[in-house]
Amino acid sequence: MIKRMLAATAALAITTAFAQAQEVKIGLVAPFTGIGAELGQQIDRGVQQFLKLNAGKIAPYKLTIIKRDDKNPSGADSKVAVQELLTQENVDALAGWIYSPNAIASAPVVSAGKKLAVIMNAGTAFITNLSPYYVRTSFSMWHAGFALGEAAAKQLKAKTAVVGYSDFPPGKDSLAAFKRAFEANGGQVIDEIPMGGPAQVPDFTPFFQRVKDKKPDLFFVFVPAGDHALAVVKTYGALGMKAAGIKLIGPGDITQDIKLQAMGDAAIGLITMHHYNADLDNPVNKALVASWKKDYGADATPDFVAIGAYDGMAAILHAVQATKGKMDPDAALAALKGWKYDSPRGPIAIDPETRDIIMNEYLVEVVKGADGKLHQKVLGKIDAVKDACKAQKIGPCAPK
Amino acid sequence: MIFGIDVISTLLGGVAAGMVLFIVSVGLSVTMGLMGFVNLAHGGFAMIGGYLIVLAMNRLGMPFVAALAIGFVVVAAVSTIFERLLYSRLYRATELDQVLFTIGLVFMMIASVTLAVGPETQPLTLPTWLQGQINLGFISYRTYSIVLIAVGTVIMLGLWLGFERTRMGAQIRAAVDNRRMAESLGINITRLFTLVFAFGSGMAALGGGLGAEFLGLDPQYPLKYLVIFLIVVAVGGLGRITGVFYASLIIGVVDFALKKYLPQGGTVFIYGMTILLLLWRPQGLFGKST
Repeated sequence: MIKRMLAATAALAITTAFAQAQEVKIGLVAPFTGIGAELGQQIDRGVQQFLKLNAGKIAPYKLTIIKRDDKNPSGADSKVAVQELLTQENVDALAGWIYSPNAIASAPVVSAGKKLAVIMNAGTAFITNLSPYYVRTSFSMWHAGFALGEAAAKQLKAKTAVVGYSDFPPGKDSLAAFKRAFEANGGQVIDEIPMGGPAQVPDFTPFFQRVKDKKPDLFFVFVPAGDHALAVVKTYGALGMKAAGIKLIGPGDITQDIKLQAMGDAAIGLITMHHYNADLDNPVNKALVASWKKDYGADATPDFVAIGAYDGMAAILHAVQATKGKMDPDAALAALKGWKYDSPRGPIAIDPETRDIIMNEYLVEVVKGADGKLHQKVLGKIDAVKDACKAQKIGPCAPK
Repeated sequence: MIFGIDVISTLLGGVAAGMVLFIVSVGLSVTMGLMGFVNLAHGGFAMIGGYLIVLAMNRLGMPFVAALAIGFVVVAAVSTIFERLLYSRLYRATELDQVLFTIGLVFMMIASVTLAVGPETQPLTLPTWLQGQINLGFISYRTYSIVLIAVGTVIMLGLWLGFERTRMGAQIRAAVDNRRMAESLGINITRLFTLVFAFGSGMAALGGGLGAEFLGLDPQYPLKYLVIFLIVVAVGGLGRITGVFYASLIIGVVDFALKKYLPQGGTVFIYGMTILLLLWRPQGLFGKST
C-alpha cells in the first residue's frame, strides 16, 4: 500500500515537473492604452504573428504571453508592471518596452528579478548596460543615427544640418550619434532644437519655422514613431520646406510603415536610414507581410516596432529551446550571446559583448509607386552594423 | 533671412494658432461666465466634433466645409441632450461635484472614442486649395494658416455683433453680469443657457475640426489641451468674447515665439506667464473685477 502511494506520488511529481517544463510564461510590457496604444498594438501583433508563423517549431513548449499595460513614457507605470509580472505572475522571461524611459526605470527591477528581459523597441544606446539581463532585438539610436551622419556627408553631400529632436533620452542619443558622424566627415550641425516631449504631439510649426530661417542643407529629425512622425512630415510639407531646398532626413521612425500612407505626397523624397521597412524584398518578410494583411486587413502593415517584437519572440524561443524550457537566466543569456537569426529585416545576431543587436542598415528613399501608394526604395545597404555608441565607448555607453 | 520677415512669419504662425484656441475656448468662457459651471468636458465636445468632421471626410468623402457644418450641427444637437439630461441637474451643485462629473464625462468620451474608432490619430487631409503656400506679396506663407486667420476674424466679428447688437446678446451679457437681476426681469435663463451651451459646444466642434491640422486628433485630445483652454479662459476673463479673443491671440503668439526663439525652455514660459498674470489680475486680463 505504502509502496503504491509512494509510486503514485513520484509519478505525480514527475508529471507536474514535466508539465511545468512545457509552459513558459512571458511577461509583455507595452503601452496598450494612451498615446502609445498603436505602438503597443504593433508589438502585440508582432508577437502573435511570430507564434502563428512558427507554430511548428514551438512544440513541445507552450509560450504563454501575459500582457501588462505600461500606459505612458513616464517610467513609473512600467516599473510597477514589471514588478507585478515578476512577483505575482512569476514569469520566466520579460519582453516589450516601447519607450526608453520605461526600460531605464525598469532596469533595477529586472536585475533584481534575475529573468531574461528582451527589449523589443526602446532604442537609447546605453540601456543594455543598465542590467545584465537585458538583450535587445530592436535597435540602438546609434545604429541609424551614426550611419546616417556618415551617409549625409558622403552620399548626400551635405555641408550643413539642423537637428530637431524630441526632448528625452533617445532624442538626445540620436542627436549625438548623427552629429558625431556628420561632423567627423566634414559636415556641420548649425542648430539643435528640442521639440517638446514624447508624451504628446506638439504643434511643430514654430520649430520648423526656425529651421526654415536657418536654411540648412538637411534637417535631421528624431521623434518617436507614431503620431509624432505623422505631424512632422505634414508640417514639413505645409511650410514649403521642400521647395526651399531643405531635405528632411532621419532614422526610420519618421517613415514608420503604419503612418506612411497618411503622410501623403509631402513624404516623397524623404531619406531615412533604418533596419526595416515593409517593402524589404526577402522571403521571410514577404511571408510576414502577406500573413499580416490577411489577419489585420489590406491597409495594415508590419513596421520596425512589430519586427522588434517578432525577433524578440524568436530570441525567447531560442532561449527556451536551449534551456529545455527551464529558462535559467544565465543559461538563457549564454545561449543568446552570438545567436544568429534570419529575420524579416535580413540577417541579425546578438553581440556577445554588449547583448545588443547586430544588423543591416538600409539607406532608403520614399517614392510613389505605380499603384499610387508610397513605398520605400532601398538606395544602399551597410552590412552587420553594431551599436556605434558601445563599440566606440562613448559617454554613458562606456562600461562602468 | 531679413529680420522683418522673420518676425512677420512668427506673428502669422502665432495668430493662426491663437485663432484655433479662440474658436474652441469661446464657448467654455461664455458657459462658465453665464452659469458659473466648470465644464471640463468642453474639450471633449471639440474632440467629438473633430472626429465627426474628419471621419465624414475620410469615410464618406464629404468636402471639408460641408463636414465642418455637419460637425457643428450634430455636436450642438447632442450637447443639448447632455445639457438637459445631465448638466442641468448639477447647476446648483458644488464646484467639486461639477468638476467630478465633467472629468468623469471626459474619461467616458475618451473610452468611447477609443472603442468606436481606435487609439490612433485620425489624419486630416485638407482639400488641395488649402494646402501649400500662398504668396501675400511680401511673404509666402502656409495657406491654411492665412485661411484660419481670416475665418477666426470673421467668427470674432460675427460673435461680437451678435453679442453687442442683438436682443439675445444683450440677455446673455445681462445674465453674465447679474444673473438674479436678469432673471427677475423675466429673462428665461434656463432656455438661454441651453442655447448658449449648444452654440458653445458647436463652436468647440468647429475648432476641433479646424484645429486638427495643428493639434492633431486622438482620444487623449480633451485632456491634452484642457490646461491650455482653461488658461485662455482664465486670462481672458469669464464670459467676455473680446477677452477670450485677445487672450487667445496673445497666448498663441507668445507661445509660438518662445518655442521658435527659445525651444530649450519648453512650455515653462507659458505657465510662468499665466501665474504672474493671474497674480497681478486674478479676474483675468479683460475680466471685470467683482
